[in-house]
Formats: sequence, C-alpha cells, structure tokens
Amino acid sequence: MAIMMYWEALQRAHDEELARDPLVIVMGEDIGVAGGTYKATKGLYDKYGPERIMDTPISENGFTGLGIGASFIGVRPIIELMSVNFAWLAMDQIFNSAAKVRYMSGGQLTAPVVIRSPGGTAHQLGAQHSARMEKVFMGIAGLRVVTPSNARQAYGLLKSAVRCDDPVFIYEHELMYNMKGEVPDGEYFHPLEGSEVARTGRDITLFGYNISVHWCLQAAEILAAQHGIDCEVVDLFSLSPLDRAGIKASVSKTHRALIAEEAEAAVGVGSEVMAIINEECFFELDAAPVRVSAKNVPIPYNHTLEKAAVPSSKDVVHAVLKMFGKS
Amino acid sequence: MKPADKKRVLREMLFARRFEERCYEAYVERKIGGFLHLYPGQEACAQGVMEAARPGHDYVITGYRDHIHAIKCGADPKAVMAELYGKETGSSKGRGGSMHIFDVAHHMMGGYALVGGPFPLAAGIAKGLKMKGSDAISICFLGDAANNQGTFHETMNMAKLWNLPVLFVCENNLYGIGTRIDRSTAVIEQYKRVSGYGIPSAQVDGQDVDIVYDAAKIAVDHVRSGKGPYFLELMTYRYRGHSMSDSNAYRGKDEERMWSKRDPIIILRDRLIEAGAITLDDYKAMDTEILDQIENDIIKFAEESPEPVVAELEKYVLADNDPYVRPQINRGAR
Repeated sequence: MAIMMYWEALQRAHDEELARDPLVIVMGEDIGVAGGTYKATKGLYDKYGPERIMDTPISENGFTGLGIGASFIGVRPIIELMSVNFAWLAMDQIFNSAAKVRYMSGGQLTAPVVIRSPGGTAHQLGAQHSARMEKVFMGIAGLRVVTPSNARQAYGLLKSAVRCDDPVFIYEHELMYNMKGEVPDGEYFHPLEGSEVARTGRDITLFGYNISVHWCLQAAEILAAQHGIDCEVVDLFSLSPLDRAGIKASVSKTHRALIAEEAEAAVGVGSEVMAIINEECFFELDAAPVRVSAKNVPIPYNHTLEKAAVPSSKDVVHAVLKMFGKS
Repeated sequence: MKPADKKRVLREMLFARRFEERCYEAYVERKIGGFLHLYPGQEACAQGVMEAARPGHDYVITGYRDHIHAIKCGADPKAVMAELYGKETGSSKGRGGSMHIFDVAHHMMGGYALVGGPFPLAAGIAKGLKMKGSDAISICFLGDAANNQGTFHETMNMAKLWNLPVLFVCENNLYGIGTRIDRSTAVIEQYKRVSGYGIPSAQVDGQDVDIVYDAAKIAVDHVRSGKGPYFLELMTYRYRGHSMSDSNAYRGKDEERMWSKRDPIIILRDRLIEAGAITLDDYKAMDTEILDQIENDIIKFAEESPEPVVAELEKYVLADNDPYVRPQINRGAR
C-alpha cells in the first residue's frame, strides 16, 4: 500500500489507462499544458501529447458532446468538467446523448465516456461555484454515478469507469484532492456498484458519500467516545444505482438510519435512501430515519453564512443524539 | 455523376418519395405514432451527398428527419418501416421510433431529436476516425435552424481548431419548424456563417441532384484528403409541414407552388428523358414497381412483425453484465 493524495491517485489512474490503451484520451479545460486545476492530469500532456491530452475551449456542451461522439466508435474519453456547476451547460449532451443512445438505438451504440467533475462548497466560492449536483445525475436512466470518498476509491473507480461500456459520471469534491489515503500498489479496479462499510457498529447506520462519509466517521468517533453510541458508517460510493441490498443489510442490523449529504434535502440522496429503507426494511426500524442536509439556499459568499448553509460532523452528532433522546 | 448511375439515382429518389408518402398514410391510419418528420422535396440532398460519399464506410449522423439518410447508408427499408411501426424487428428494436433510426453496421450513427445535438457528436466521430487513421469521414446532415444553437458555434470552432474530418451538410429548407429563416436568423446565407471559423463552404441548389453531387464531391474530397472540415449548404424545400402536427399555415400557396416546379425527381426524370436514357413509360413502370415493393414487401413486413415484449422493457439501459461493475479485486478482465 502506498500513501498518496486523492489527486495523485486520480493522476495515476489516468496515466495507467493512457499507457495501456491508445484510444484513451483526456479532455477538458486547462487539463493539458496547465496540468489540471486540481492536478489530476499533471504531467500527462508532456507524456502523451496534444492529440490525446486535449485542452478544450470553454465550450462545455460542445466538448462533452465531442467526447461522447468519439466514444461511439471506440474511443475512451475521460472528460474533466472543471466544476460541476459548469456541468449544467453540458447537461444536454450527457442527458440526451450519452445516457440515452444505447436504449434508443436498441443496444447498437453505447457511449463509454467518463465524466469527472468536482463540486461542493469549498471556501467562499459563492453561489455559482458551490453546487452539489449529484442528485440531478442520479436521476438519469442510462448513466452510472459514482463518487469516491478516498484516494483508493478515486483510483479504483476511475480505472473501472474507463473500462466499463456505460457512461459513468464521477462526482469528486473540491476540498478532497489533497486528502491522503492508502492505495494498493498493484492495479486495482473498484466495483462501480455497491457500498462499503467504512466502520462497523450496532446502534445506528450513518449513510454518507463523498465528503459526508468523513463527517459520519468523525461523528461516530465522538458518539462512541462521549455517548456510548456505536455507529455503523456505510459509504455509498455508487449513487446510481444505489445499493439496495447493502442499505437493507445494515439497517436490518442497526434498526436506525441517518443520511448525511452536503446537498439540499429536497429530491436528494437522503430522500432516495429513505425511500429504499421504506421499501426494503420498514419493519426493521426502531425510529424514523433522519436526514442531515444543506439549507435550501444558493450558497452564500460570507464565511459564517456559508458554514451555516451546509452540514458538518457536528450536525450529524446532534441528529443522532436527538434520535436517541439524549439532547 | 456517371450517366450509368443516373437511372438508379432516379429510382432511389422516387423510392424515397414513395416511402415517405406511405409513412404519411400509415400515420393517418395510426399505425405510426409519435412525431413524424417527412422528407419529400429534399430527396436530392441526401441522395447527391451520399453518391459522392462512401455509404456504409463513411459515418452519417443527423436530426429527426432521418429515414432516408439511414436508407442511403444501407439500412434495410423494411427495418426502418418496422421501427416506425414500433416493432421488435425495427432498426432500433422499436425503442427509438421515427426520430431515432440507427444502423451502426452501416455506419448510420443515428437520428437525434435535440436540434443541433448531432454537431459535436459528428465532430467526435471525426476525432475518433482521425485517431484510428481511418480514411472514412464523418458527415453531419442538419437543417438551417440548427445553426442557431450554441452547439453549431462550439463545434465549428473545435472542428477547425483540431482539423477534424467532418463534412457539415446544411439542408436549408427555409423554415425552423414554423418560423421562416428571415424571422429567426440575422445572416440568411448559412454558408457565410462558418467563415468566422475559417471553414471553407459552398452554397448550391439542393433540388438538382447533379449539382448537389458535384458540390458534394468537392466537399467530400476536401475532407477525406485531410484538409479538415467543410460546410455545404443545400437550398431546398420540404413539401409537408415540419412534422405531422403542422398544418403549414405559416407559408403561402404561391411559395409552395413555386417550389413544386423545382421538384428534384421531376428535374432528373425530365433530364434523363431528354437525353434519351429513359422514356416516360419507363418512369411509370419504375413507379409501379416501387409502390408494389413498398406495399407487398416493406409494409407487409412491418405489419406482420412482432411487438417487443414488455419483459424486455429495461434491456438496453445499461450494458449487460459489464465485468467492471463488480470486478474481481485486483484483476482486470479486459
């Protein structure tokens, strides 16, 4: 196992796939000569050249569509959308072309593109650079959505996404690129479906994904040490499809559930997980499941307001204590 | 175009006309549902360009007025009609419909229903062809109204920037749905709009298949020789409304009469009769034969084909059993 940063894990996955298959290309704004805003493509331009490491114009729908078209005839593009906020501009091609082409061609064509994009509230980036769009992508039939919470997943999910025949959207987080973690020394392919138990526990399941897995893990430490509550933490690295069996198994064991998400509650990951709990294991519940979500506001610039808009590990702790009648 | 090919070309254009007219009837009979965008009036465009290209080798992508483009690539008209009937034997197994005709084996990469959507897809196919060192080119057929989408401008810029082997064919039928071009578009001459991107272009009569062929030959040769993208504007007219829900109320009968005198099939027919290559009786016999083929071969096939089964409703959403969905840890299958 090597310790590397999340961005280094992504860079390694890119590099390995580019070296293996001459039809793998990387496209995006500033990903080549400039090395990538978050360094995920650092050094690749010099190694693979401009035909494969394509600095694109600022034309998100255009270059995303171009990558999708190339994928129709066997190219494997890894498209970086610099910020998930800009993915709205590419939504037409993602939604109408990539996700639907297999179905509407009766299985003749597929769009094996990988679209990576970071989102989330970082440090005072304001309303138009702080979106969390995972809820939008996970509602699209024909598109896989995965989201790595650590360097190992960042590496392994990208490796699998490049080789999978389906279009895959990878939701990353602007605050996580410098997070360190263990990554296997050998080649590693992370499954694109399922969930991972990040911490085992008896009393309640905390569901998280991407950055909220870390809030859940921090909250679990505090709850164990200070309140004697033993939390299980389930990492939903696949948002579409969600792991129904994994959700059911954990809730059937702990009989309580909390979902932590950085996005607004409405029509979100939390509401979807709650619906699955209702459908799969309602009678296992000892208490009504709860959501810890962002306020329903465009993210404000002001530091204090920004912090108040999105949840943290503290909010997870409070919500759990409330559920156990301890607050 | 070689004189020897012209009789076949006439037959194929007449076939395209009769095929689409029969679609209209089937729609009225409610055998075909949804939206239906027909091609009569524009036959010389797809025909002339595909005569200059290499059907089945070059890659074609287009919008929703796509039946004839698919057939020009080599798609079986029976499978196209069966698709319109929503049958399992259809070109997209009944999942696509009129606006989404695909025949990937013949490099018909599909009809798409978002206006302007195919522009970047066509450029992407061209990128792939360039990477693979193929001598095939990418051909994107779209209407004039698509040029007002952002994808037009984004794609023209990238196609030239990266010198991609893509031919853009603009079938300018003067209307974007029901809005005439001079009411929607600041620069009427579409071929001029790509000059800002450094892309060579031409505008020719789209009603005369000989003229279309000659212009397309120059365009196709340009693209295939590695000189980058080309934009060809064909001036044409659709006889029917934009789709079946369109009563044509926005344009005058005089205009329609004027264009009907420039019918692409009649132009070629009369030219061949004048040259002594065919007689009017030959033409009539050709028509009878086509009508018989459509009724007794194509429609019969569509009528008698099975419906898709509901048990397979969710097939084709994602790949079946992709090995990377649940891979053996540390072991790649591909």
